[in-house]
Amino acid sequence: MNLNQIMTDLSYFIPEMMLTGILLLVILFDLFQKADTSIRSGYVALGGLILVTIALLGQDVSTSVGIFSNMLAVDPFGNFLKILVTVGTILVMWMSFNSNELKNRRVGEYYTLLLTLVLGMYFLVSATHLLSIYISLEMVSIMSYLLSGYLKEQMRSNEASIKYVVFGAFSSGILLYGFSLLYGLTGSADIFEIQAALSAGTVSPALMMVILVMILVGFGYKIAAVPFHFWTPDVYEGAPAPITAFLSVAPKAAGFAIIIRFFNVALSSAGNPNMDAWAALNNMDWQAVMGILAILSMTVGNVIALQQSNIKRMLAYSSIAHAGYMLLGVVVADQTGIAAVLYYAAVYMLMNLGAFFVAIHIKNEFDTEEIEDYKALGYKAPVLGVIMAIFMFSLTGLPPTGGFVAKFYIFRALIEYGDMYFWLAIIGLINGVISLYYYMRVVKAMYFGKIELPETVHHAPINITVLLCILAVPLLFAWMLGDPLSIYAQNAVQFFVK
Amino acid sequence: MENHLLSIVTFLPVFGAVIIALIPKEKLDIIRWGAAAITGLQLILAIWILYIFDFASPEVQLQEHFAWIPAFNIEYFMGIDGLSAPMILLTALLSFLAVFTSWNIEKAQKGYFALFLLLDAGMMGVFSSLDFFLFYIFWEVMLLPMYFLIGIWGGPQREYAAIKFFLYTLFGSVLLLLGMLALYFISEPHTFNMLILAEHSSQFGNALLLGMNAGKVIFILLFIGFAIKVPIFPFHTWLPLAHVEAPTAISVILAGVLLKMGTYGFLRISFPVLKDATLWFALPLAILGLINIIYGAMAALAQRDLKKLVAYSSVSHMGFVLLGMAALTPAGMNGAVFQMFNHGTISAMLFMLVGVLYDRAHHRDIEGFGGIAKVVPIYAGVTAMAFFAGLGLPGFSGFISEALCMIGAFPVFTWITIFATVGIVLNAGYFLWAYQRIFMGELNSKYENLEEINHRELFALIPLAIITFFLGVYPTPMLNVMSSTLNHLVEAVKTAGMVAGL
Repeated sequence: MNLNQIMTDLSYFIPEMMLTGILLLVILFDLFQKADTSIRSGYVALGGLILVTIALLGQDVSTSVGIFSNMLAVDPFGNFLKILVTVGTILVMWMSFNSNELKNRRVGEYYTLLLTLVLGMYFLVSATHLLSIYISLEMVSIMSYLLSGYLKEQMRSNEASIKYVVFGAFSSGILLYGFSLLYGLTGSADIFEIQAALSAGTVSPALMMVILVMILVGFGYKIAAVPFHFWTPDVYEGAPAPITAFLSVAPKAAGFAIIIRFFNVALSSAGNPNMDAWAALNNMDWQAVMGILAILSMTVGNVIALQQSNIKRMLAYSSIAHAGYMLLGVVVADQTGIAAVLYYAAVYMLMNLGAFFVAIHIKNEFDTEEIEDYKALGYKAPVLGVIMAIFMFSLTGLPPTGGFVAKFYIFRALIEYGDMYFWLAIIGLINGVISLYYYMRVVKAMYFGKIELPETVHHAPINITVLLCILAVPLLFAWMLGDPLSIYAQNAVQFFVK
Repeated sequence: MENHLLSIVTFLPVFGAVIIALIPKEKLDIIRWGAAAITGLQLILAIWILYIFDFASPEVQLQEHFAWIPAFNIEYFMGIDGLSAPMILLTALLSFLAVFTSWNIEKAQKGYFALFLLLDAGMMGVFSSLDFFLFYIFWEVMLLPMYFLIGIWGGPQREYAAIKFFLYTLFGSVLLLLGMLALYFISEPHTFNMLILAEHSSQFGNALLLGMNAGKVIFILLFIGFAIKVPIFPFHTWLPLAHVEAPTAISVILAGVLLKMGTYGFLRISFPVLKDATLWFALPLAILGLINIIYGAMAALAQRDLKKLVAYSSVSHMGFVLLGMAALTPAGMNGAVFQMFNHGTISAMLFMLVGVLYDRAHHRDIEGFGGIAKVVPIYAGVTAMAFFAGLGLPGFSGFISEALCMIGAFPVFTWITIFATVGIVLNAGYFLWAYQRIFMGELNSKYENLEEINHRELFALIPLAIITFFLGVYPTPMLNVMSSTLNHLVEAVKTAGMVAGL
């Protein structure tokens, strides 16, 4: 690898370099801030992320390339996800400025850690080498541990962090074990060379199955799929609320990216759209494994969510169920399936962040996280109530909201693929009905029951209302626009392959 | 000729809901009269649509096309034929009258009327859309306002009733969605257009789904989706609860329009698109119709709550619709759709009358009244008329349509039809028995000062009474509207059966 090659590769690496620069700048900037002005570091971080988003949008990914000896890929798929997680982070930062939990403390590190996490996700969504996958996964995880324990003096937050670390370390141990076996059997850590070795068919399917399941443990933990979900509710409840919102969307989307890139693109079809999605693994029933994982995630997530009375825990379990819906798209794993997952991830980001942000605001104003205490909210704070109702309907997947359109794409992909996935579609849709019950509990609390009309009406501060509208309005119009987002998602299903 | 009458009729209430949302909530009169004006205008437009509708032709008229999501071949496709035209008139009429029934809503009137208008728009959309995807969107959009209308303004058990209604119907809808997607992917080229799907009917019988005949599997999926709405036994348990807990006007809409959507769905989608499966399922459908007739009537007989009685009578009356359409004869089919219209008007009257009594006495226990005909003679008279119409007395429209259903079904399902006549006797039984207990005999001293029915309430009832009476004496105008479309449908299904050798 010569210097020219490195220089060429770096030209594809501009957004990441920008982000690194901003990260360092925030650290330096924060040195000169006192505790009460450290929020300014957050503003710098936010401004920086907006610049990075612009750079990502402007990046030319029409030709997919592998950079740094194929450690990382730069392709439309990665670009889409980088933009997705960056936008998600911007929204989370916006809400963090308004969070009571983060008031009156030094928050410079908070924003620095968040930016580092974003950088980690950039690597994760473009990693094409076992080493780069592992390192970026750890980068994301360690930052997540730190951020969930950010409220140092709170027991809950400490507990969240420790649980997260223990589960995380365990899963990445298993992941590494799988990686090392894979390396030992194929003689390479480059996933395209691994694919070539697998296609030659010298590895026994049974052994391969064991290896893949081990790797799946590591990835499944990142997306909180059942049965790797046990950390989720406690971490989600204990972490600072904006971080919970963040964890439920951004690292999850990045986790899906690596699952798709690793299992589907590299190991199986090698990104060839004309090849069956699971071609290289066709001597083992890998779809069935993924399908069962999807069913378990949807069903367990939904059924446990039914019993939650705390809104954060409810949303935590429901996020497990949503991971299940997205996994349905991964099972199909053809062009439509992956496009559906990308679209779902984007819509899910809007609605789930929205629901969490309303919950954060309610916690700030009325000091409660219990769904029961949302009583008469629809009358006490009419605007907030309507917006929350929109998020709840969208999360359930009712037309005409974006949540419906997203589910529609997933089920369309399943049924289009043919007869074999029809059952999966039935189970998935029935799960949607189950989820109606607990999402409607929030709506019910807000609007139903005996209500004394309050004398004063609560209005959220203008910046929160604007933020919530930015999240809610696209959900309402997703079906009407003929979906520029879905076209964008479809165009993003292009991968770098060697 | 391309015009946008159907879109206007459908989206006018949405526009109205937005306007109402902008009126300050203290201006109660403006809100009520605004809602009345919007639905009134809609009614005028619906009558106008019926006027320019050429009912001699079975073709779909007033078509509107717009490529909505071209990538999936989803169209914004509206149009009406002889099947949907009566339903559009019914929806507009009942929405207009229900506004007057809602006059006394006590809390959050603004939200109530805004949601009511959204519900109206959803119903109109269901009856005028001919693209399955569009149909599905409207079908689901209706659920949300209904959930709130029952859950906020309903009776004591409203929250339970609302969520039960919502869960049941959503369960039905997801099966509908599955069936819809299966139809889409089996059809070549992929389409949601109902007319094209119907033309390609034979494709579905030949394809496989879950290792079975795709036509049959899809028929069952759609069947459950629609059956929950009708409701067909054993999917009916949400109905008595929702009806009883809903405010009067919403019960009127539920019974008058929403129940029709189930049977409308059969005739609009299942029958023409899955012709082979329809013939295969005709006998079970007729048996389910019979069960509905008998079970609904028996259950009604056992009720002490007047509103529940009326709710179960709906189950029974919808059974005739099922029996008539399962027969697949011109008489049966016409009878079925005519019965849909008639049940809409009659059950609306019945629910309004229950509401009138409940507003005054604050209970609906049949045993708790007695002899009140002496105190409220006009109310007693109107109720007598509505009950007679409900039990299918000759001279009222219900008689004609039930008779047509039976005439149509008799040659095909002779024994089932004979048993169904028992239902008519039972119908007469519970209506007359209830009437006797409420209005005749000793006057219950508690109700010596019962207030007579007022002008506003009469205003909502009289148009329905006139229609019921008029169509009972001279049903031809309504039958003319529907017959050419329905006869065409019967013929198409029969021909497909002959081709398939059934």
